[in-house]
Amino acid sequence: MPSYEPWSADRTAQITREHQGLEGPLLPILHALQEEFGYIDEAAEPLIAEALNITRAEVHGVVTFYHDFRQAPAGRHVLKLCRAEACQAAGGDALAARAEARLGVTMGNTTADRRVTLEPIYCLGLCSVSPSAMIDGKVVARLDAKKLDSLLAAVDR
Amino acid sequence: MSALRIYVPGDAAAVACGADEIAIAIASSAAKRKIAIGIVRNGSRGMHWLEPMLEVATGKGRIAYGPVELADVESVLDAMIGDGGDHKLRVGVPEEHPFLKTQTRLTFARCGIVDPRSLDDYKAHGGYKGLAKALTNPTGIVEEISQSGLRGRGGAGFPTGIKWKTVADAKADRKYIVCNADEGDSGTFADRMIMEGDPFVLIEGMTIAGIAVGATKGFIYIRSEYPHAIAVMGEAIDTARRAGMLGKKVAGSNFEFNLEVREGAGAYVCGEETSLLESLEGKRGVVRAKPPLPAHKGLFGKPTVINNVLSLATVPIIMDRGAAFYKDFGVGRSRGTMPIQLAGNLNYGGLFETPFGITLGELVNDIGGGCFTGRPVKAVQVGGPLGAYFPPALFDTPFDYEAFAKRDGLIGHAGVVVFDDTVDMAKQARFAMEFCAVESCGKCTPCRIGSARGVETVDRIIRDENRAKNIEVLEDLCNTMKFGSLCALGGFTPYPVMSALTHFPEDFGARPRLQAAE
Repeated sequence: MPSYEPWSADRTAQITREHQGLEGPLLPILHALQEEFGYIDEAAEPLIAEALNITRAEVHGVVTFYHDFRQAPAGRHVLKLCRAEACQAAGGDALAARAEARLGVTMGNTTADRRVTLEPIYCLGLCSVSPSAMIDGKVVARLDAKKLDSLLAAVDR
Repeated sequence: MSALRIYVPGDAAAVACGADEIAIAIASSAAKRKIAIGIVRNGSRGMHWLEPMLEVATGKGRIAYGPVELADVESVLDAMIGDGGDHKLRVGVPEEHPFLKTQTRLTFARCGIVDPRSLDDYKAHGGYKGLAKALTNPTGIVEEISQSGLRGRGGAGFPTGIKWKTVADAKADRKYIVCNADEGDSGTFADRMIMEGDPFVLIEGMTIAGIAVGATKGFIYIRSEYPHAIAVMGEAIDTARRAGMLGKKVAGSNFEFNLEVREGAGAYVCGEETSLLESLEGKRGVVRAKPPLPAHKGLFGKPTVINNVLSLATVPIIMDRGAAFYKDFGVGRSRGTMPIQLAGNLNYGGLFETPFGITLGELVNDIGGGCFTGRPVKAVQVGGPLGAYFPPALFDTPFDYEAFAKRDGLIGHAGVVVFDDTVDMAKQARFAMEFCAVESCGKCTPCRIGSARGVETVDRIIRDENRAKNIEVLEDLCNTMKFGSLCALGGFTPYPVMSALTHFPEDFGARPRLQAAE
């Protein structure tokens, strides 16, 4: 289970400074912030904007454009099920329905107890050993109902 | 006795099937037995139904076992200690396996064989010979690549040599080489495999590109869904830099070249080259109108070569063996080999590199072994979410850019996804539109609005609402998207939709008249 620091303006400024020398630093900064805090707090946007001399709207535009960037923390565990064609061809639809039913949430949502966030992902490049998933950053392939249930049991904490 | 050399792939497909746990179990079992072993985390050979496929180095060459599960570790280790002895999972010498024996591995020559973390191993297997040749005649590189007939492996199939020449001829204070490793198409994993299994070949290819066009900086834009590839590439770049193969004086020459890995952020459209450049610049991944071409005004407005991983990874062997050698493979205007990725509902999925010209039927039935569900194949999608669905009636189509285009399909990045007869093609058509709607960058109307209307229209057809009329609307909409969109996302989404409608009208409850459209 990943652990994150609580959001802090000082740390945000520091991370921004560390990446500022890169060519095109915004995405690396956002990735680093998300790695540190688990999401990108709205209050970080004006700080980054000022440091990079761009508008807050530009930063917000980038944060909201990309699927990876979260504007609020995820659940304690994140289960990403591949929903792309190669996994569909290998029984992925039934697995997605099973995960939704077991967790009681639809794709893209977090359980009420904040235990698990269930998300679709469009291709992990494991298409020859499909269906596949990623749980807390770890890849899993050749999923079936039994394997999925054991993943769900593992995040039942 | 020297330590037993055991290979446990570190490729993400093998890891997803348990390779990490097996590597740990092998190491601890060997320690308990007091046997000296050395574990190499190689890439994958591409026989993915056998993953995790372990190998042991013996006097008779490497002997493979797979698919190995945790419960098999002790007995497989016994067999390995017995000089690659018998076991129910014994595959034998990998190169002798029909799946590998019938391939022509040029781009993937070293993948699965070498230790991806070792520059020495890379050099021992012919690595950096391409760069050495390139340095003897730097001004001849572009011509050599042009002569080879290499076309962009990302999907568009644009001649690589022409792209390079345009950048080489451009005058600028700074130029860039950008590697598109945003391999978002479902059914494709060749870029991932080469980055995880033979990262130095990509570094060498990009270095040669830099020398050819006068660029000193390169970026590899890797999608965030590939954490293993990001880690391996980053490490390889550090190793190459420390060894003097990157930096101010590449391999002791007067050429400078530096590389940096950048991580994507989950936007499919960033696989489109101009959107990728925007993303690298730190902006929303919104597609740019062309012209200007990236070759004239690319990254940060500077002349930029932007190529797919496979195109760049093929450059070293072309420089090493010569354009004529490479060009000798293939058919028509599709020269060389294509690393084809077999995926979905197949018995033998994996990577199959072969000269252009092999038929779709051979790939699906003879090599892929048909559906693992044991049911008949109904449809095959070639080229990712923007590729057409072909029925078995078109299995005689040769793998060749032009032959697929002639049948209203495309090769794309050469992913082949197989579906059995339980697939509902109206649902697949709906998915194609839905995917486009979610992933559209929003810049052009045909893609942004067309895809949303497309989902609604397919829904109406599925619900049998004014079916004939709505099929006409869908055809018209697809036409608008195909010819009015700025990039391939909106422009190619009609391929899966129209091919589903054309070849599988029964799934849409439509009249057979649609078959006449073929």
